[in-house]
Amino acid sequence: MLLEANHVGWRYDKGDWLFRNVDLTVRAGEVVGLTGPSGSGKTTLGRLLAGYMQPAEGTVSVQGRSPGGNAHDPVQMVFQHPERAVNPRWRLEKTVKEGFVPEPGLLEALGIRPAWLSRYPSELSGGELQRCCIARALGPETRFIVADEMTTMLDAVTQAQIWHAMLDIVRERQIGLLVISHDRPLVSRICDRSIPFGE
Amino acid sequence: MIRRHMLQAAGMNTGIPRWNGRIRTAISVSGAIALLAVIMLGSRLMGSEGLAVSLEERNMAPSPAHLFGTDWLGRDMLSRTVKGLALSIQVGLLGAACSTLIAAVMGLAAATLGRAADRCISWLIDVSLSVPHLVMLILIAFVCGGGMKGVAIGIMLTHWPSLARVVRAEALQLMSADFVLVSRKLGRSRMWIASRHLAPHIGPQLLVGFLMLFPHAVLHEAAITFLGLGMSPHQPAIGIILSESMRYLSTGMWWLAVFPGAGLLLAVWAFDRIGGHLRRLTDPGSVRL
Amino acid sequence: MTLLEVKDLSISFLHYAKGSRRDKTNVVDGLDLEVHEGEIVAVVGASGSGKSLLAHAVMGILPKNVLVSGDVSYKGERLDAARLKRYRGTEIALVPQSVAFLDPLMKVGEQLHAPADGREQAAERRTLFQKLKLSRQTEKLFPFQLSGGMARKVLFSTAAVARTRLIIADEPTPGMHESDVREALARFKSLAEKGCGVLLITHDIEAALRIADRIAVFYAGTAVEIARAEDFSGSGEQLRHPYTKALWRALPQNGFEPLKGAGQASGPAVELGCPFGSCCGSATGRCAEGKPEPRELRGGWVRCVHAS
Repeated sequence: MLLEANHVGWRYDKGDWLFRNVDLTVRAGEVVGLTGPSGSGKTTLGRLLAGYMQPAEGTVSVQGRSPGGNAHDPVQMVFQHPERAVNPRWRLEKTVKEGFVPEPGLLEALGIRPAWLSRYPSELSGGELQRCCIARALGPETRFIVADEMTTMLDAVTQAQIWHAMLDIVRERQIGLLVISHDRPLVSRICDRSIPFGE
Repeated sequence: MIRRHMLQAAGMNTGIPRWNGRIRTAISVSGAIALLAVIMLGSRLMGSEGLAVSLEERNMAPSPAHLFGTDWLGRDMLSRTVKGLALSIQVGLLGAACSTLIAAVMGLAAATLGRAADRCISWLIDVSLSVPHLVMLILIAFVCGGGMKGVAIGIMLTHWPSLARVVRAEALQLMSADFVLVSRKLGRSRMWIASRHLAPHIGPQLLVGFLMLFPHAVLHEAAITFLGLGMSPHQPAIGIILSESMRYLSTGMWWLAVFPGAGLLLAVWAFDRIGGHLRRLTDPGSVRL
Repeated sequence: MTLLEVKDLSISFLHYAKGSRRDKTNVVDGLDLEVHEGEIVAVVGASGSGKSLLAHAVMGILPKNVLVSGDVSYKGERLDAARLKRYRGTEIALVPQSVAFLDPLMKVGEQLHAPADGREQAAERRTLFQKLKLSRQTEKLFPFQLSGGMARKVLFSTAAVARTRLIIADEPTPGMHESDVREALARFKSLAEKGCGVLLITHDIEAALRIADRIAVFYAGTAVEIARAEDFSGSGEQLRHPYTKALWRALPQNGFEPLKGAGQASGPAVELGCPFGSCCGSATGRCAEGKPEPRELRGGWVRCVHAS
């Protein structure tokens, strides 16, 4: 199972190319880092891979993606700002269960306490929200996860906790993980290989 | 240099103040509902004897028998004021409700149906906003043949653009919000997202929009009948009462204009207050006081 | 000389509980902190631990649904509304988190120009713009036209004029690339060398350690430890508080050890006992008895009964 980008390029409308001719492959069960300066288009590439946007040239391919986009996508994305990735008017329970109903074991592995689920996003910290966003992304049909600066806004302790839990789950389920981060020590610590981007 | 509202010093206060936005809103809502109920019930219960011409009781100043006095035909001004207000409020309610509905449909269509629809609707909004309300209103009322129907249609068709613009902006922002995009990737349909993600955000906006439109609609109804373009002179619309009493003001019959005018002002002010309070409560950008 | 002194600062938010009843949530609780002339004090801690609120409290720009108690003084005088008005934008400057703090409808150049600015400051700012490689054209742009990097430089330039004595920088480096971070930090360092006090608020310990003289570690709304920068070394034996040690050892370059439990307590701050008690490996019965009082230890300062 592969998540592949072939000669992908992107630009706004008819503006300058942000990047062109990017080839990238993530295999099932592999943890790949993507590092580069801010403004180089790491996030855009992540969004292209996750199917949030269509590339201006080249193709992104993954087995099991529905062309109409009306089914659960095999590639899920986790964002830098969890507070923007959840509906502020929903209790967390509804958010966590939006795609599928996670087993209690999964929530426990991610350190999500049952009490959080009855609260609103404004009543939880960034780290707690991010754990919920990760749980939401780990549906049974998920084959790849794109983590875009997933723990940049969190403190080191929470960061270590989240990544340890995430790596255990990803290894066990043979999910391919693309880690987008500017933090080189983090990438070299958790990734099997890393790709420098835009340098 | 730094946004002004953020610069207001918080001061060093401790203890929770008791007086807050929610209590104030509750008071303004109950006050306005009571006023509305008094006017509507009053106009039902009063019957039409007060409107009958009685020539021996002409031009009487306010007295216990006729609290608001009588006019030059001996009609009771209290009955006329209450009936006139009830009529204006009905037209206003109808007009504001339909305007809100149009705004919701237009705003959502512009945000969701693609670029061409957005351009069309935005153009329509800009055009409508560039023509003064009252001029459009008069034209439409005229074309529809005047009367209560003409005025109501006129109000419906002229008050939606500003609210439609708000709805469009809100919906566009939501459509590109991360949590909506994620929802799509989790396999949720557009309809599901519209009802679970969009509606709960836009509903309160519409309610506030409606409450802000309503006093506007009442005032415009009064204005257009005042100008003599609306209903027939026999119907006690508040605008007609005011325009008729203009002629008698110079003879010192102040009560002909003061009471109906004050009634109109009170009704409009009460609903404007509810709208303002609710807007502050539902606006996530403003501080929850 | 002590520039900024924060004593027993508590900040709580008011929010609606049910109907029109309102509750308080403590976000900052009994905080003490000092910044001296020419010193860089970094405040590190999880997002949501109350770091930014400290900056906003000092600048008097907290939202209105907030209750504040405690004392903030500047050069030994209590910083009340009148004094704030006098010093803010002249001697005390805030480098805010994002361009959202600029007026979106005003050109950048006009906003940088404070009412108290004379010709001297204008000239100074122009040299600064040149130094930062911002073109004169930048002054004519609106905030939304700035790119991320330009925005940071513009925000920085609001603070970096000579009359500024105290700079409060709120997360000046998140998501920035290595070289930009280095440049930004170097700028703060050079200001401090000229005698300016800097309060650097960040969640990036690594960045803080590079320039700060002292580090205040935030946990659940209060400073649990104030350490010297050189205490952060090796496996953290020099550190005083167990949370600081955990933070240091959790860095990807130092072991990446996760802490058991769910990390920071959330919701209403734990009322009784040490806020870190539920996650702490060395917690005993004494920790649940009351909040540990701050005490001096080895040239720093800690809130833990066990630290030695």
